[in-house]
Amino acid sequence: MPPRPISKYDPTQIIPAIAFTVLAGPVIIGLVFVLLPAFGYLPALGGYDISLDPWRQLFAVPGLWRSANVSLAAGLVTGAASLLIAGLFLAGFHGTRTFNAMRRLVSPLLAIPHAAAALGLAFLIAPSGLIFRGLWHLTTGSDRPPDLLIVHDTWGLAMIAGLVVKEVPFLLLMALAALPQIDAPARMAVARTMGYAPVTAWAKAVAPALYPLIRLPLLAVIAYSSSVVDVAVILGPTNPPPLSVAVLRWQSDPDLSARFMASAGALLQLTVTVLALALWLGAERLVARLARVWMESGTRQTQDRWLAGLGGFGMGLVALSAMLSFVCLATWSLAISWRFPALWPETLTLANWTHALPAISGPLWATLAIGTLSTLVSFTIALAALEHELSTGRPAGVWAMRLLYLPLVVPPVAFLFGLVIAAEATGLTPGLLPVAIGHITFVLPYVYLSLSEPYRQLDPRWGRLAMTLGASPLRTFLSVRLPLLLAPCLTALAVGFSVSVGQYLATGLLGAGRVETLTTEAVALASGGERRVIGVWALTLTLLPAIGFALAIGIPRLVWHNRRSMLDRR
Amino acid sequence: MERGLRLENVRLSLAGRELLSVDASVSPGEVLTIMGPSGSGKSTLLAFAAGFLEPAFSAAGRIILDGMDVTHLPPERRRIGLLFQDPMLFPHLSVAGNLLFGVPPGVPDRRARAAAALEQAGLEGFGTRDPATLSGGQKARVALMRLLLSEPSAVLLDEPFSKLDATLKGDVRSYVFDRLRERKLPGLLVTHDEADAAAAGGPIIRI
Repeated sequence: MPPRPISKYDPTQIIPAIAFTVLAGPVIIGLVFVLLPAFGYLPALGGYDISLDPWRQLFAVPGLWRSANVSLAAGLVTGAASLLIAGLFLAGFHGTRTFNAMRRLVSPLLAIPHAAAALGLAFLIAPSGLIFRGLWHLTTGSDRPPDLLIVHDTWGLAMIAGLVVKEVPFLLLMALAALPQIDAPARMAVARTMGYAPVTAWAKAVAPALYPLIRLPLLAVIAYSSSVVDVAVILGPTNPPPLSVAVLRWQSDPDLSARFMASAGALLQLTVTVLALALWLGAERLVARLARVWMESGTRQTQDRWLAGLGGFGMGLVALSAMLSFVCLATWSLAISWRFPALWPETLTLANWTHALPAISGPLWATLAIGTLSTLVSFTIALAALEHELSTGRPAGVWAMRLLYLPLVVPPVAFLFGLVIAAEATGLTPGLLPVAIGHITFVLPYVYLSLSEPYRQLDPRWGRLAMTLGASPLRTFLSVRLPLLLAPCLTALAVGFSVSVGQYLATGLLGAGRVETLTTEAVALASGGERRVIGVWALTLTLLPAIGFALAIGIPRLVWHNRRSMLDRR
Repeated sequence: MERGLRLENVRLSLAGRELLSVDASVSPGEVLTIMGPSGSGKSTLLAFAAGFLEPAFSAAGRIILDGMDVTHLPPERRRIGLLFQDPMLFPHLSVAGNLLFGVPPGVPDRRARAAAALEQAGLEGFGTRDPATLSGGQKARVALMRLLLSEPSAVLLDEPFSKLDATLKGDVRSYVFDRLRERKLPGLLVTHDEADAAAAGGPIIRI
């Protein structure tokens, strides 16, 4: 019999170019368009001469250095604390029942948008919040909340706490995803049989191999924490605010001449973030040098119980505060009045919800539309990239991974403003579509990361089998790989959607304040202090991504109810 | 035109080191057995014949099928079927879905063909079943039927009996070789089980 008719040519070849455009394009264009106005050049606003005036103006701002210091510290402290908690918990509890229970407890935290988690934490730790209501019962004080500045504290501790609650689960899951690559059980067995106590064995035999695998996510955490805006608005210091918040304020100044100074501020933010990363990398070398001496010292024990306890305590605190935050949000959304120091409101009602519903529906639809569009486009690009890797037999290299993390490491407050200036210069009008396109830059890395591991783990023989049966590459993809990977695909979609839902800065800047989503509105409400309304909005904001994840878990069970090995795959 | 599968001066090497060289012809209805220890490159030979040679390997020589050089055709166009160590029934499809996957599009009465194949495998009425509910022997038969329905011109067998129970092995083995002979298909078997080679009944190359 003659050979089968020819199949179409591989269309995924242009994917590396598309990925580069989507990931690096906005960052490069954005940085160029803040660099020029930062030195006085912006013809659209009459800036024709190179000058240092924007910088003089910037450095004259009172409290600027304090702002910069808070941002720098927030990045480094959040990174160190999150790594320590996640690391000690892994070292002390990996493979135990406690570990699996805790992992199931903290995994859903990833889906909660930063703004919602921060609002919940504010309700929990504020002087009139749940913790002090509880403490009041134990200590007989007055019936007025203590006069303490806990939320918005000048050191940024509340802000750091809000970040740590979100970043610990992130680092933990990134570490768990990387663990299978380094054969941790064998490493532990070698060290334990030589008499090393569990945490010491983990630190000396597993951590050195694990750390390089989670370094990029960790650097993303540091960069993010040093330039975060929404969490900083909700929990951070106010006078002066963290640098990112100050920069955003200048960027939103209706007086267009403020854009020169705002651009200089954006570059200062970039400098602060780069400095945070550089300090971290320097400290990394120092620790590595000290650790080598310690590793070769042969000590079998290092306060193992105490360190494991610390890890367990930290992780427990993260889980507990997240849960109580959620309870606070839910309770406030149902409360009519909730006087201090009562632990529970007198009556519960759905009135807050029915009142808020008309106002919520607009932003809810906008959030859904932007999230759906940006996630679907990102998902398509990620799938095509993985198919491309498969057809060329070359997995993504070091540079591809660095490209992927570029939008996660360069502060959005620095390059998004440049994009706004560039868009204005070309006459693009802000709206839903530019916002959705802007979200792709942040959604794509997460969609790709969540999809790439399952893709690589899929037995390559499935594809080969389909092809020896005569299926074209397209048919092999559509009717073999895609269905086999249905569950991870849906998870990746849910991850992407939750990232889009949580975007604050990209929505605010690219929408020029005119595109209202659940996140932008919830953050705007935070300053108003109307807790019942905040409760409703923050809870809606939490539920939307949660519904996505519920579907991602539920749909495969429904579709494969009659396919036993498809259910076992998960 | 010369019918059958021909491996013409095939030489496979990895990083400049030659793994094996073969020059052989398999006529229709015959099974050529290649025996050798693991790491000898016999699976690489199958990958080369099927069109899946990994970039790390280099190959010289040609694969000729029914007089036609297929060496540079993509796997899906070669008409060379492959039986793996595992039955590899698609877990997301029903038993009938797996068989239909093999039947080329445009063939008349696709469903009737799949049903006939099921009956021939002694699995009448199993069409709607989840492949996970089949026994090892049943899975092996469905896998073979799916392969035959795809109308190959030659069949590669990559130790397809090595994971079967001793009690099943003989039955499945003779079932597979009988079907290949019946359809006059040339077969290329790699194995390290002497009993496989004996049951195949064809020439043996030891590497």
